Amino acid sequence: MLADKDRIFTNLYGRHDWRLAGARARGDWDGTKEILDMGADWIIDEMKRSGLRGRGGAGFPTGLKWSFMPKTESDRPHYLVVNADEGEPGTCKDRDMLRFDPHKLVEGCLIASFAMKAHACYIYIRGEFYNEASNLQVAIDEAYAAGLIGNNACGSGWKFDLYLHRGAGAYICGEETALIESLEGKKGQPRLKPPFPAGVGLYGCPTTVNNVESIAVAPTILRRGASWFSSFGRPNNAGTKVFCISGNVNKPCNVEDAMSIPLKELIEKHCGGVRGGWDNLQAIIPGGASVPVLPKSICDTVLMDFDALRDVKSGLGTAAVMVMDKSVDIVAAIARLSAFYKHESCGQCTPCREGTGWLARVMKRMVKGEATLSEIDMLEQVTYQIEGHTICALGDAAAWPVQGLIRHFRPELERRIRDYRDAKTRDKAAA
Amino acid sequence: MPKLTIDGIAVEVPPNTTILQAAESVGVEIPRFCYHDRLSIAGNCRMCLVDVEKSPKPVASCAMPVGEGMVVHTKSERANKARGGVMEFLLINHPLDCPICDQAGECDLQDQAMAYGFDRGSFHENKRAVRDKYMGPVVETVMTRCIHCTRCVRFATEVAGVPQLGATGRGEDMEITTYLEGALASELSGNVVDLCPVGALTSKPYAFNARPWELRKTESVDVMDAVGTNVRLDARGRQVMRVLPRVNEDVNEEWLADKSRHAIDGLRYQRLDKPYIRKNGKLTAASWDEAFAAIIAKVKGMNGAKIAAIAGDTVDAEAMIALKDLMTALGSSNLDCRQDGAALDASVRASYLFNSTIAGIEQADAILIVGANPRKEAPVLNARIRKRYLRGGLQVAVIGDAQDLTYKLENLGADASILAKIADGSHPFAATLKAAKKPMIIVGMAALTRTDGAAILAAAKSVADNCGVVKDGWNGFNVLHTAAARVGGLDLGFVPGAGGKDVRGILAGATSGEIEVVYLLGADEIDTAKLGKAFVIYQGHHGDRGAHRADVVLPGAAYTEKDGTYVNTEGRVQRGLRAVFAPGDAREDWTIIRALSEKFGKTLPYDNIAQVRARLAYVNPTFAGVDKVMPAEWKAFGVSGAIAAGGFVYPVQNYYMTDPISRASRTMAQCTEEFVLGGSKQVTGTHG
Repeated sequence: MLADKDRIFTNLYGRHDWRLAGARARGDWDGTKEILDMGADWIIDEMKRSGLRGRGGAGFPTGLKWSFMPKTESDRPHYLVVNADEGEPGTCKDRDMLRFDPHKLVEGCLIASFAMKAHACYIYIRGEFYNEASNLQVAIDEAYAAGLIGNNACGSGWKFDLYLHRGAGAYICGEETALIESLEGKKGQPRLKPPFPAGVGLYGCPTTVNNVESIAVAPTILRRGASWFSSFGRPNNAGTKVFCISGNVNKPCNVEDAMSIPLKELIEKHCGGVRGGWDNLQAIIPGGASVPVLPKSICDTVLMDFDALRDVKSGLGTAAVMVMDKSVDIVAAIARLSAFYKHESCGQCTPCREGTGWLARVMKRMVKGEATLSEIDMLEQVTYQIEGHTICALGDAAAWPVQGLIRHFRPELERRIRDYRDAKTRDKAAA
Repeated sequence: MPKLTIDGIAVEVPPNTTILQAAESVGVEIPRFCYHDRLSIAGNCRMCLVDVEKSPKPVASCAMPVGEGMVVHTKSERANKARGGVMEFLLINHPLDCPICDQAGECDLQDQAMAYGFDRGSFHENKRAVRDKYMGPVVETVMTRCIHCTRCVRFATEVAGVPQLGATGRGEDMEITTYLEGALASELSGNVVDLCPVGALTSKPYAFNARPWELRKTESVDVMDAVGTNVRLDARGRQVMRVLPRVNEDVNEEWLADKSRHAIDGLRYQRLDKPYIRKNGKLTAASWDEAFAAIIAKVKGMNGAKIAAIAGDTVDAEAMIALKDLMTALGSSNLDCRQDGAALDASVRASYLFNSTIAGIEQADAILIVGANPRKEAPVLNARIRKRYLRGGLQVAVIGDAQDLTYKLENLGADASILAKIADGSHPFAATLKAAKKPMIIVGMAALTRTDGAAILAAAKSVADNCGVVKDGWNGFNVLHTAAARVGGLDLGFVPGAGGKDVRGILAGATSGEIEVVYLLGADEIDTAKLGKAFVIYQGHHGDRGAHRADVVLPGAAYTEKDGTYVNTEGRVQRGLRAVFAPGDAREDWTIIRALSEKFGKTLPYDNIAQVRARLAYVNPTFAGVDKVMPAEWKAFGVSGAIAAGGFVYPVQNYYMTDPISRASRTMAQCTEEFVLGGSKQVTGTHG
């Protein structure tokens, strides 16, 4: 278990002062100028060596992403955009960082922007996060007033402006290019890639989009050193991570722990265990709504990191662990997710627009078993026709939960279909 | 130049080419719905997915630039499977109502479903139904058929420049609609019907009228404006059912203006299908012989100075040369093809042409528009200016009324005398023109039809000379005509001969009684009240203003009913073919004049259309160069004089009704109601 001294988010539960004075007392804004003085190349190198992988879900190495930005400034300004449009079902880590530790993010924005030669950074915050946005705005104002950001950020001579933009409530705006479109005032629909944002992003200029957590951990990593951060977790899965555990556990919580912690340990240590004991566990979605569900047999041993979960055909995603005990109707749970993706598909490209609706409708019937056995294969086929054929990853995200269900709970689906059919036959006979 | 392999064919293409374009260059066809050459890339239909080696996922070939050493398979199992899946997705919510769909037979979805689809689906849920939207009098919608390719949205936003189309809703609830369901207020709105790959947007006037396989297709040239849009006339039996654009990169690319597309129902109404003679003040039907006899009785032996002829805006060059030859034979030099009285100088060709050519607009970097509204006078040409504008670095200034031309412009004021200030360099825009690499000036009919039109033309010439509008390899001096017949008439010299009267003189002479016979060849845009007591012969195809005043009516053929030569505003000689026969006793125009000449005993020396065209080429060699633009020599022209202060009166007040055909068209009447008189705003608003 992670020692308290190694936690990055020391006010994750809001027990202390979240404003500038409190943040300073916890070590934020300490030696920021010295970090900036080390230079952009050092910062990016250090981030690369830390092994930090993006915390927004895809797990792309953050330092590497930063290094894709053009090395020199041209007439096109560079931008950093922070994705605070946290909307993945089950995920609530960014929210607590935004309301209880906003200065970590503000400081991270300055350092990351400096490293990428961006003089302006936009934080795109989920519209529903009203209190979070207002806390963050207070933090930004405090930082301006204290000279930490602004024309001469931390006395480093770097001009840096930070803007907060509130979204209007669309899950798809959490996709980086849709977020950029939305920020530009357009309809939030993902762009085609290539070109990637590092070349053509916000207003056509080089842009990097990062998750809140990826940016917020950067100052601490740079202060304590890349090797400190990479000492946690397995190789290629380094660092600490905030896990959001919800569902049928005794104490649902957000908790920061080392990567590669066994899933069972995470739940037993921090959440008081599964309701009714570990043996009452039915399944766990380990990384937010978009990753395939895992049955108990896998949950017994799997480690919580990118590679281990990929090896069991799931994913770490946002590390939003959704625990379902045996009282849960697993088919209905996945059907609810399919309905979610149908509702949130932007409608731009064909497979996702048409496919999510198809999935949702078939899944709705599957809950009752109102289907034929061959439709299970048909359903799986549809998910493979969506996956990988869309502009953005929402199509994949809609396909994976259903694939996971069929992979691990096919007998349950078949049982319902047979029961439904038998009930029908009985009704007919009775009539 | 990256080299890549597509289906085993090695190909080398310029960088930034897309895979789809590279495949097309070697003849490998990739299916697509949303991709269109002339629109931005959306990449949303996913039909063009191909298999690229080393890529983990299939790639949308319309949007993916080629890379060195790429190995592309368009027919591999993975590509076929991806496409089959996309096709199935497209079809699950498509109503498959082909038997009652106007698009059937020319439907991209139908064709590609044949090529790439399965013979049965596995979708057993209810299909989505979408409420139809109102998009104006020319676009019919069946939105359930929409496959959300957004071609129409991109066309409206990019080409037409009216951002009124868009999508509301998300996911499968996304619906294409106009803003607040108003009509699509563009002169180019009909093109969305051509662009729509399915039957969601179809032509409202053509709805349920014909099937594409029943239609006889004839290549022709549009006469509703002076652009000379290349069209295809689709006819069934004796009726032209619809007009579609033909691709001509130099003229209209592949667009067609709404009036040109939809005024053809006017060809069915108000037609002159037999000769008429005025007896006791009333026009009564007659035979050709009677009509000719009435003319001979009045005109034969009359002093030629008392005879005059005016040619209209949509007549073909063959008819004009025949009439000119007849008038010459009768000793008259009172001829004019400029029925609006525009101060055009027929002696210097460069003075009345759109010299830069329409395609040349794409090179211009500064444009001065004087007394023209290209959006209404030549919508397709205006789209070309917008296309150039979207590329950036184009400055447009207008002398004239404030108008929305769909691109950003600087309005210098409505006062025509500003032009004189630009000519002498005292106006700041002179510096802009001078600094431009390829400056352009567009002079419209609103400027040249003023009484001081000649002085404006001269001032425009001196702007051209002083500001470098004409230089080596570039002639940016452009006259924007509104009449399809005008340049042809000027080219063949349908203008007053020595001592002859122009249109103002003819009308004044007719009023005073000096002119006793006026021959109107399809001329309806004159003030017929000024014809006084003159004996009026009207030859044309519609019972419009000219025929109402006529003493003898000779029924002619409309542009769809004859082989004709037209010269567009650039000076491009183009030929249209006959699609259908003229109704009743109506005849092709030059043959009427040829027959009449025989009655006068002055038989014109041509018996077939080839001989008429030989005569045209003899009169002006440019007529021999069909589909070509002969650069005109830049010479002195214009009579400089004072330009009076004051604005312009634009020739096209109501875009939808400018000539006898469009005035007779019901569709154009509906468009007038909708767009000019503001119809549906009262019907579909939120009030009440």
